Order: sequence, then C-alpha cells, then structure tokens
Amino acid sequence: MTPLLSVRDLRVGFGRNPQTNEVVRGISFDLADGETLAIVGESGSGKSVTALSINRLIDFGGGRITGGAMKLKRADGSLFDLMTATEPQLTGIRGAEIGMIFQEPMTSLNPVLSIGTQIEESFRLHRGLTGRQATAAAKDALDRVRIPDAARRLKYTPNQLSGGMLQRVMIAIALACNPRLLIADEPTTALDVTVQAQIMALLAELKRETGMSMIFITHDIGLVAGIADKVMVMQNGQAVEQGELNQILDNAQHPYTQHLLQDVPHFTKGSTTRSDGRRDGGAGTEPALKVDGLVVRFPLKSSFFSRATGAVHAVDGVDFDLMPGETLAIVGESGSGKSTTARAVLGLVRSTRGSFSVGARKASAEQSALPVQMVFQNPYASLNPRLSIESILAEPVIATGGRVDAGTRARMASLLERVGLPKNSLERYPHEFSGGQRQRLCIARALMLNPSVVVLDEAVSALDVSVQAKVLELLVDLQREFGLAYLFISHDMAVVERIAHRIAVIYAGQIVEIGDATSVLSKPKHSYTKKLIAAVPTIDRRHEHFELDTRQVPSLVRPQGYEPAPARWERFGGDHMARAEG
Amino acid sequence: MNYLMRRLATFPLVLLGVSILVFVAIRMVPGDSITAMLGTEAGLLTPAQRDSLAAYFGIDQPWFVQYWRWIGGILHGNFGISVTYGRPVLDVILERFPLTLELAVLSMIIALAVGMPAGIFAATHNEKLSDLGVRIVAMIGQSTPSFVLGLLIIYTLSAGFGLLPAMGEFAPLWQDPLRNLSQLILPAITLGFAFAASVTRISRSAMLDVLSDDYVRTARSKGASARSVIWRHALPNALIPVVTLSGIEFGYLLGGAVIVEQIYALPGLGRMVLDAIQQRDYALVQGSVLFIAFNFMIINLLVDLAYVGLDPRIRLGEP
Repeated sequence: MTPLLSVRDLRVGFGRNPQTNEVVRGISFDLADGETLAIVGESGSGKSVTALSINRLIDFGGGRITGGAMKLKRADGSLFDLMTATEPQLTGIRGAEIGMIFQEPMTSLNPVLSIGTQIEESFRLHRGLTGRQATAAAKDALDRVRIPDAARRLKYTPNQLSGGMLQRVMIAIALACNPRLLIADEPTTALDVTVQAQIMALLAELKRETGMSMIFITHDIGLVAGIADKVMVMQNGQAVEQGELNQILDNAQHPYTQHLLQDVPHFTKGSTTRSDGRRDGGAGTEPALKVDGLVVRFPLKSSFFSRATGAVHAVDGVDFDLMPGETLAIVGESGSGKSTTARAVLGLVRSTRGSFSVGARKASAEQSALPVQMVFQNPYASLNPRLSIESILAEPVIATGGRVDAGTRARMASLLERVGLPKNSLERYPHEFSGGQRQRLCIARALMLNPSVVVLDEAVSALDVSVQAKVLELLVDLQREFGLAYLFISHDMAVVERIAHRIAVIYAGQIVEIGDATSVLSKPKHSYTKKLIAAVPTIDRRHEHFELDTRQVPSLVRPQGYEPAPARWERFGGDHMARAEG
Repeated sequence: MNYLMRRLATFPLVLLGVSILVFVAIRMVPGDSITAMLGTEAGLLTPAQRDSLAAYFGIDQPWFVQYWRWIGGILHGNFGISVTYGRPVLDVILERFPLTLELAVLSMIIALAVGMPAGIFAATHNEKLSDLGVRIVAMIGQSTPSFVLGLLIIYTLSAGFGLLPAMGEFAPLWQDPLRNLSQLILPAITLGFAFAASVTRISRSAMLDVLSDDYVRTARSKGASARSVIWRHALPNALIPVVTLSGIEFGYLLGGAVIVEQIYALPGLGRMVLDAIQQRDYALVQGSVLFIAFNFMIINLLVDLAYVGLDPRIRLGEP
C-alpha cells in the first residue's frame, strides 16, 4: 500500500550556497494513513526545517531544497510530487491536504483580523464558502476544538484570548478543511504544562475522529510517548535513529537517543530528587532568606488622575524561609505570581506589604543591596551585547561602589574557570558564546559579589534539554562549594525534581502547597498540585488518555481593599503542608 | 467618545503655550511694523506722528497688555487686523488656506499612490535588482531639494514641451476646476515626489518586517496565494508607520510650502507667513502660527483615531 507521504533523502540548505550550507542532510521516512510520526531533536537539529520543507513553506524562510524526493498521496489516490510542484499548485495543497500548526500561538495569528475571519479564510480558499455559510463553518470549527461560546468568540481578535485558546484556534484553522496530514511544529512548547496536556488531549481526540496522519515535532521526548506511533530522532540534520515508539523508548540503539532518554531531566514523580544537603531540622541555623507575608499589588486606574478602582493581586500573602545550601523551588504556571515573588525579593518590584530578612539582617522591602543575586530566563537578552565579558563581570562590583582591582580580576578568572568557560573569555563579547555558555556567564556574574542567596528565574528554561542537564549539574556543584541558597523559579517539574530540596507550589498569587520535594512530588495533597503533576508528560505514560479540562485560571483583579481570607493549613508530616480547600 | 472629549480639552492649553511662544518670538526680531511698512520714509515721521501710529496699532502698550488684548480678542473670534493687508487676520488666512490644503491633499494622494505600491513592490522583491532600483530612486527623491526638482519640472514640461500652464492668475477650485488643477498639478508633483520617497522607504521596511512575522507563515500554510498574503495579511499590519509618517508630513504641508509656492508663484500660506514676518505684521504672524498649530493638533488626533481603526489591540485613553 502506498504511504500517504514518502520522503527520500531530503536535503535542505540555506544562504547563497545551499549545497555547502545544508541544515537537513538526507532525511527519509514514510508516513502511512492515520499514523503519527514524532520528530525529536534539539534546536539546530533540522527538525523544523524538515517540517517546513514538506509543505514547501521553507521557500519563504530563506531555505532551498537541494535534493531528494517527496511524494504525497492525494485524496483520489494519485501521487503529487511536492518537489517539482509550482507555487499555485502548492497553495491548493496547503491547508486543504496538509495543515500546519506552529510553536507560538500568540504570534501565529494575524493580530488585526478577528479569529472568525481567519478561520473563514480557510473555507473560502478551499471550499469556496462565503458569507453566512463560511461563518457557520467557522463556528463548527471552533466547536470542534472545544472552545466554549464559539459564536461570540468568532468576533474576538487574538489579543483577547489566552495562549491555550489561541492554539486551539490554530488547530481549528489547520483542520478546517479536513487535511489528511497535520504537521505540528512544537505546538505546546510555549504553553503551560496543564494547557499542554489539554492541547495534547485535543490533538489525540481529533486524530481519532478524523483518521488523519500527523507529524509531531518536539524537543521533549517525554511528550512523544503520549501521541506517537513512530519516532525519528534527529541530530545535526540527520536522522540518527527511527523506529516504532516502544522500540525507541525501551531499546534505543544510538548513543544520542540514549542520552536524550537518560541524561536529560525527565519527571519521575519524586523518585529522583536530591539526596544531598537536606534540611536537617536542627534548630540554631539562621535561614539565609526569610519572607513573611509578602504582598504585591498593582493598582488599576482608568486614567492618571482618577483613583484606583481595584488591584491586580499578583502575590497575595507568601511566606517561606530558605536555609543556606538549600534549594527552594517555586513552581507555578504563567500568571501565578512566581516571578513577581522573585522580583520582590530582589527589590525589583515594590512590595505592598511583607518583610524580608537575609541572614541575620532584617531587610526592608525597599532595600536593594541585599546579598541576593539573580539569574534570568533569557541568556540572549540579559547580557549587554556592547560590553565585553570583563565589563559585564565588573558591573556588580562597580554598582555596589567597589573598585575593580587585582582581587576582582582574580575572582573573575577563577569564577570563569569554575563555571567551565575558557580563560580568554574576558576580552570576548556575549555574541561569541552559545546559549548554555551565556547562562554560565550569567551565573558567574551573579556570583561575583559572593551572595548568600541566588534567585534563578526560569534559569534553564530557554536552553536545549541536554544543555539544561549540564547547567543544572553546575548549579548543584556551585551550591555545595559555596553553600549557596537557591530560590529556583520554574514551571518545569522535571527540572525542579532534579534541583529542589523543597518545593512551593504557587497558584493565583498564593502558595497552595509547600514541603520536602520528594513528599510534594510523590504524595501531592492540594488539588492544583495533583493536576499540575498529572499534566507532566513522561516516557512511561504511553498513549494515555488525558482528560479535557477547560477551566480557566481565576482572575487576579480584585476590588479596592479586598483582603483574602487567612489561610488554613493542613500538615502531612515533616514540613509538608497544603492549604485547606473548600 | 470620552477619549475624544478629553483630547479636545487639551487643545486650548497647547494653543495657549503656542501663543505665548510666538508672541515672544516675533517681538524678539528687531525692527517694528511702522518702519517695515513705510520703509525709508519712516525717517520722515515726527516723533508725535510715530507715537500716534503706534497708538493706532496698539504697539505703544507694554507687551503683557498687548498679549492680553490679543488673547481677549481671539476669545471673541477677533484675531486682529493685519497691518499689511488692512483686513482681519482670519479673513486673510482663510483666503490663502484652501490653496494650501488642496496642495497638501494632492501631494499626499500622489505620495501614497506612488510610494505605497513602490514600497510593497520593493519589499516583495527584496534584494533583487528591481528592489535596488526602487531604493535608489527613493534615495534620490528624498535628497533632491524641492527648488531643484521644481525648476527641472517647469523647464522640461512648460518651456520644453509647452505643456500645462504653470503661471497666470490663480484660479480657485470651485471657480474653474480644470484650470485650478492644471495650475496645481506640477507643484503637487514637486512636493509629492519627496513625500512619496519617504513613504516608499517606510512602507518597504514595514512590509519587510511584517512579511517575516509568524502569522504570515500561518496564512501561507492555509494555502493563501501570494497576493492574498500581501494585501490581506501583511499590508494592514504594515500601515501604522505609513500613517504616522503621512500625518507628520501632511501637517508640515498644511503650514505652507514656501519654496514651491515661490517657484510656481502660488498665493499659499507659506509665502504669506514669510511676508508677514518680514513686514513685522505681528497680528498676522501670531494668527497664522496659531492656525497652523491647531491644524497639526487636529491631524495628530486623526492619526491616533486611525490607529484604532487599523489595529484592534490599540485602545485609546488607556495608560
């Protein structure tokens, strides 16, 4: 039987000499009707370029297909040659026979057109529907991706919907004309983990309903288990291994596949938490950082002169303490207030109420010169491209009124060596370093002042999975060596499991559960923690059915003067406690 | 609506500031209107005659009294009497304004009709020879002074081919539209050329930005044709910088185009203001500057309102 899509020795290059600058170097695979192929790889592996080559969108992205063959079986059984097709022929295929969804739902929809117009366009292009018929078809398409209140939502523009909703709209558009092949290019990477679970569940359900084939591109091998029939692992533009799902996950042959399966962080429900440096419960040690009743509110005003009518309660009463040498992970989804908490601790946002103490010193909320340093999420944006590494490392010293002397230089050199960067780095500039190296630089910068507490705000989230693992190892080593206390902000449970001693789960500005990492991850008590943990994809959960849950995060906007009810805590042994519900 | 009211409420404040600035600035220019009006004969005036003339024009009073009288007059719709024309300032301005407005509108139509397609064309043929050609022409258009271009056009068309009357008594649009257009088309092209060059450059770069956006890729993945991608998806998103630029340029043109008016001998606002400054016609200078400032504010308001129509993410009046 002819496969739906057959790709042979596909080669794609970029630039003026595409032959010599190949990014995809000889990829071959077959995809049968109703089958799902997952392409797994890190950034630069050529997985997205492969995907964009199939519907020839790569032509618009500066790429050139330099060799190979791609044949698509059309609905009538005839074979369509994707390599030699003209652009008008391809516009007839795109959207009609091959649908595609992308990584960033926030930017993938046209911001000036209503979502209704954008869905209708697919029906207009391939079904010739106009006016009422098109609108009715668009409403059905939204119903199909389980968007409640579809008729009203058609008039919304993309800025009025959340990321998860927008990705559903994207799916509605891609599937509008019932394509027999859906290409999903990292469709959940930009989404929160619970939203990711919903989108995965939706894709699996739609696949069952329509019998379409799917090419699912991801960097997360854990996500593959839930949806794929076949897996192809890519590295440096080549397929290093491909085969049936179980064969790849259980019996990987290639060292790179084994590395992806074993060395990178995977979530294991608390069975691989750290065993070193646990809190001994011994009294007498002063906490490195203590936060009491932290509240951060952003007042809402309709204009400059009018009085505040309400406030966004970004952080609403957060308490925790952090011992020297300990990692407290603050886990939550976007908008939960985890980053605001970190920024308040550093004095980067003004806290409305609450007190901090660092070491034995009592610190006020306004004070910024705490021995607390921060490492940010995006290593590409958080280093000034015009400064040399030497100037970047000298910055914290100068900022606190110190002088750059021989001692400072010696510290720079030893820190660079410690974080694993070459000696000659000092004269170089940030653009000469890779993402992982830049994050090491940021860590070195944070350590320049010999802080007692380091705040790591999604510090490894922007890095490739195998780089993530190495940076996490470095962080653990540095923690042991310098006795650092980490406040580790993350949405990624697998990463948190690797580095945290204790975990605080934050939801809608409040901590709902806090305690020993193993205890929280293996025996979650609060319903939100349970939901969060259930949503994490793992390689052990093959083709598992996720429940579709369309509940939204509650609004954090409260009327002026609103105070939350005092928390009631239930204790579960040790320091594990959860907020009482109901 | 609420926003509109609040915006309009700021108008008097801005105009008050402008009025003080222009009032002070024009009085810092040496010389006075009596000397400017009578020329060398001013030397023949006896001090008594000069004083009575000064009293007649009201320039014998201290400056704050003069300012107070002027502002008080404006509140009653009286902008004062022009010394040079011997007529109410507002009448003189409104007589000149239609020509300036017409010229500005024509230039903008030319600029958008030529500049936008050229910019879009260049953006969709990025880094090809045709793109380079458009960019070179645009560069020339931006850097050629209007008097050079104006003289060139007059020379080649009127003198060389005997086409289009460029001179003669100016005919207002409502009296003789054909003659009016034939008189204004060359000045409009002269002004519109540089304007079109700016529009070309800005629409090219805006289109290039937008064409690499994710939603354009989405549109292509739906099977939208190249034309539909450009006109339906990319262009509406690229319009904001074009509107911003057009608003600013149009505002400048409403202040009159001195050089082009001079070359084509057109009785527009620009030449009138220049003459008024030379004549120390205080009332006329002050009145026309206020008028021009008011126009600018109206155009800025219209531009802001246009943003709302173009981009649903923009909500006016929210911080």
